[in-house]
Amino acid sequence: MPQQEKLQQKAKEILLEKKADVVIGYGKVETGNIGAVFITDPERTGELVWNNLCTTNLSVYLKRKEIKKLGKPCIIVKGCDAKALAVLEIENQIDRSAMTVIGVECFGVQDRCEPQYKCASCNVQLPPHCDFVIERDTKQSAPQGSRYEKLEMLDNMDSKERFEYWKQELSRCIKCYACRQNCPMCYCDVCVVDKNRPIRIDTSATLKGNFAWNILRAFHLAGRCVGCGACSAACPAGIDLDLLNLTLAKASEENFGYIAGVQRNVEPLVGTFSPDDKEEFIR
Amino acid sequence: MSSADTFEPKVIAFVCNWCTYLGADLAGTSRLEYPHNLRIIRLPCTGRIDFNLIIKAFENGADSVLVSGCHPGDCHYTSGNFHARRRWILFRELLEALGIDSQRIHFSWISAAEGTKFQKFIKEIVEKTKALGPYNEMKEIVRQANT
Ligand code: SF4
Ligand code: SF4
Ligand code: SF4
Ligand code: FES
Repeated sequence: MPQQEKLQQKAKEILLEKKADVVIGYGKVETGNIGAVFITDPERTGELVWNNLCTTNLSVYLKRKEIKKLGKPCIIVKGCDAKALAVLEIENQIDRSAMTVIGVECFGVQDRCEPQYKCASCNVQLPPHCDFVIERDTKQSAPQGSRYEKLEMLDNMDSKERFEYWKQELSRCIKCYACRQNCPMCYCDVCVVDKNRPIRIDTSATLKGNFAWNILRAFHLAGRCVGCGACSAACPAGIDLDLLNLTLAKASEENFGYIAGVQRNVEPLVGTFSPDDKEEFIR
Repeated sequence: MSSADTFEPKVIAFVCNWCTYLGADLAGTSRLEYPHNLRIIRLPCTGRIDFNLIIKAFENGADSVLVSGCHPGDCHYTSGNFHARRRWILFRELLEALGIDSQRIHFSWISAAEGTKFQKFIKEIVEKTKALGPYNEMKEIVRQANT
């Protein structure tokens, strides 16, 4: 049976058995594109879509008040999205016993007609941390890419060149905060940048404000970002935010052996410490 | 005289109340002279030194920044400096990737008894910053925003 059909069936079953009140999945949205749909009627589960255009990380909707109102959720995730659930769980943002997670086996999705960067090094084609996993009938071997390959570009520059690069890139930021809105881990009720007494981040879209904002956003995701790529995909200015996120992911892995989203029973990296943390720069 | 000789850098130091601030105090009461380029900002603990303050310091014209507190194990609040250390390890890497000059950001553990260490370290930072010159790249960005 095609994977999409199996998925629709499973979703119907879950709604009929009242294990969940709403299925958060992919479907056709008004624009004609594939986006998030919220299905509460078991008879409408046939509208669920699953293909390589299902790029959105749906776990971002779990934090929304209007979605919470719909009741107990059943969410559909790819392997990379499932990592976000693990982080949300260890940060006490979701209660896994009050939700159902359907994972879909995935061989890559597209963003603006190109394969997403993360897919080339995917190690979760079969999603972890799920209640049900919908497999594909035909299998593919796991991709061999390296997660941090993209960072070579920055590594090959000296400090001045890197600064120039970011000046160019960040000069296009319009402070729309789409990067924040689309990140499952940016769940703060009031984001620092929206607080105005005192103003901590210059809200103007000047280089000064844009550096401050992007440093803040990236660092607030340190040890928490799962590399889903939703922020970069959402950025209307085409700024490659992955580069900042991956820098911190790499630093977390190299310094602390910590990869966000892999384990469900760990403490967050930032907010805890070890007396044995090693560094060579403090005098 | 060239501008390198007349350049007086602005160095902002974020220090914790219980160790480094008292170290600075001791340097003062012991009449240990250190360069006047330093502006000290006292905070309760290194755990309170938000990374964003470092950025703010540069936005406000700092040529170098120092962040300093109690030695590991000596934090007045037990573990603020351990938390801070973990964050600094990660934060430095982010700044590095952005091309923000890490030679202008200094970290140290200086206790209330280490007036001499404080004096020496401040001298060193100021000399190093003089050699680097003003942090023009950052000042340029701020200037653009203000015009
Ligand atoms: S920072 Fe970006 S890549 Fe990381 S979890 Fe958030 S949306 Fe995904
Ligand atoms: S950028 Fe920081 S403060 Fe703003 S929502 Fe994200 S985590 Fe919260
Ligand atoms: S999505 Fe892009 S343009 Fe919008 S605030 Fe984030 S970095 Fe800036
Ligand atoms: S009180 Fe000095 S570092 Fe915590």
